[in-house]
Amino acid sequence: MLPYSEVVLDHLQHPRNVGIIEDADGVGKMGSPVCGDLMEIYIEVQDSRIADVKFRTFGCGAAIASSSMLSEMVKGKTLEEALSITDEQVAQALGGLPEQKLHCSNLAASTLHKAIEDYQQRQRERT
Amino acid sequence: MEKPAKVIYLDHASTTAVDPRVVEAMLPYWTEHYGNASSIHSLGREAAKAIDEARKTVASILNCEPQEIIFTGCGSESDNLALRGVAFAQRHRSQGNHIITSSIEHHAIGHTCEQLEKYFGFGVTYLPVDRYAMVDPEDVRRAIRDDTVLISVMAANNEVGTIQPIAEIGKIARERGIPFHTDAVQAGGTLPLDVNDLHVDLLSLSAHKFYGPKGVGVLYVRKGTPLLPIQTGGAHERQRRAGTENVAGIVGLSTALKLAYDHAAENNARITALRQRLIQGVLERIPDAQLTGHPTQRLPNNASFLFKYIEGESILLHLDLLGICASSGSACTSGSEEPSHVILAIGIPRQDAHGSLRLTLGNENTEEDVDYVLQVLPGIVEKLRMMSPLYHK
Repeated sequence: MLPYSEVVLDHLQHPRNVGIIEDADGVGKMGSPVCGDLMEIYIEVQDSRIADVKFRTFGCGAAIASSSMLSEMVKGKTLEEALSITDEQVAQALGGLPEQKLHCSNLAASTLHKAIEDYQQRQRERT
Repeated sequence: MEKPAKVIYLDHASTTAVDPRVVEAMLPYWTEHYGNASSIHSLGREAAKAIDEARKTVASILNCEPQEIIFTGCGSESDNLALRGVAFAQRHRSQGNHIITSSIEHHAIGHTCEQLEKYFGFGVTYLPVDRYAMVDPEDVRRAIRDDTVLISVMAANNEVGTIQPIAEIGKIARERGIPFHTDAVQAGGTLPLDVNDLHVDLLSLSAHKFYGPKGVGVLYVRKGTPLLPIQTGGAHERQRRAGTENVAGIVGLSTALKLAYDHAAENNARITALRQRLIQGVLERIPDAQLTGHPTQRLPNNASFLFKYIEGESILLHLDLLGICASSGSACTSGSEEPSHVILAIGIPRQDAHGSLRLTLGNENTEEDVDYVLQVLPGIVEKLRMMSPLYHK
């Protein structure tokens, strides 16, 4: 078994913010079931801040823990702050991830960025 | 759910604990009878005698001559020696370049075949299997060519437990005079290993799969089978495998193999009953779950499953947190980016191939162990599914 940190195992056992947001302001999806990792992140935006965030993840322990950790990191943050969070920072917050997980399962920040882009796209379409 | 006081080990296909009686038998060969079996003096002769005895014990279980037994460093080495040894010897005798194997072999066979193809110019036919991971002996017959020099099909699959029709394949190989190897690493200790009943010319075993020590294996090679040594040096093992013998390991292997076959009937019956309880319980309690491997022609201890919408490593981590040791063929657990070649070979679509779980029982497991798994596993699967975007309840 891969050497996961206590933080990863805690997020795996008690994942935060699991689920979907009906009528979300932005949705991001990354990965594919064929590769074994698939992530969906839903955001609710109020006053340019992430008021709520939910995720659903199919994948290994690293994929689940990184989405859970990211959801905690971005709640209440401005969109600008959220966009500055990188996949590497999520891995660091988890106490590190095994080398082979860094490229395949560590998608949470990138998936969130897609959700924010989706939100911004919708805003542009409104105006 | 309270975590049990002891770890519940359900990964016996990976390795087993060494039986204390085996440890007892091995101990003197490290500290007292530590001689080199090649030495002429009394200590050397003691070591050589112990190896002779072990060789006879193994030979009696395989129903072969003692000199047909080669002790190796592990099951993978036995597989490598069988494949490379026969392939290179056959080529040297200008017999041909074609090897037949199955698409569900252990990597010790599969990756060796790939290397023989890529770097040494051999042609390899990888036979398909049916949805139960069974090789059809008629496929073997059809794949044979004039230049076929070796056939290798495993006795039982390590991931899904399917027992292959080795005796039938052996008959076909024998008719055509082609050396036939079987990787019996998973079968060792439970299934009959009579090399004449099985019609095999080479057979691999590994001690740590049947309550023996790690680091020692067997390759049976029928007299007259062409074999070029792949490790050269001294005259050990009748010049077929150079290197100072692992005396304690060899004694451990033979002691463990004898213990296993002395009690095989009762152990197999008890473990098969536990396996059935586990399989039925899982399939009853968990929707969208399937048994992988053959429903009846499977190793007594193997219960392997696929769960849709979730990924194997996250199941293993949750089981581990609850004190259960299990295994999975998912890409994330094998250190590769590909899901199990066995799961793909039985026709599972790639997107469904990630949710495999293998539970392999052993001598120390009890009904309570099985019931504990049945108590906690459905909740783990449900939790992961509720998290999965692929799951629509």
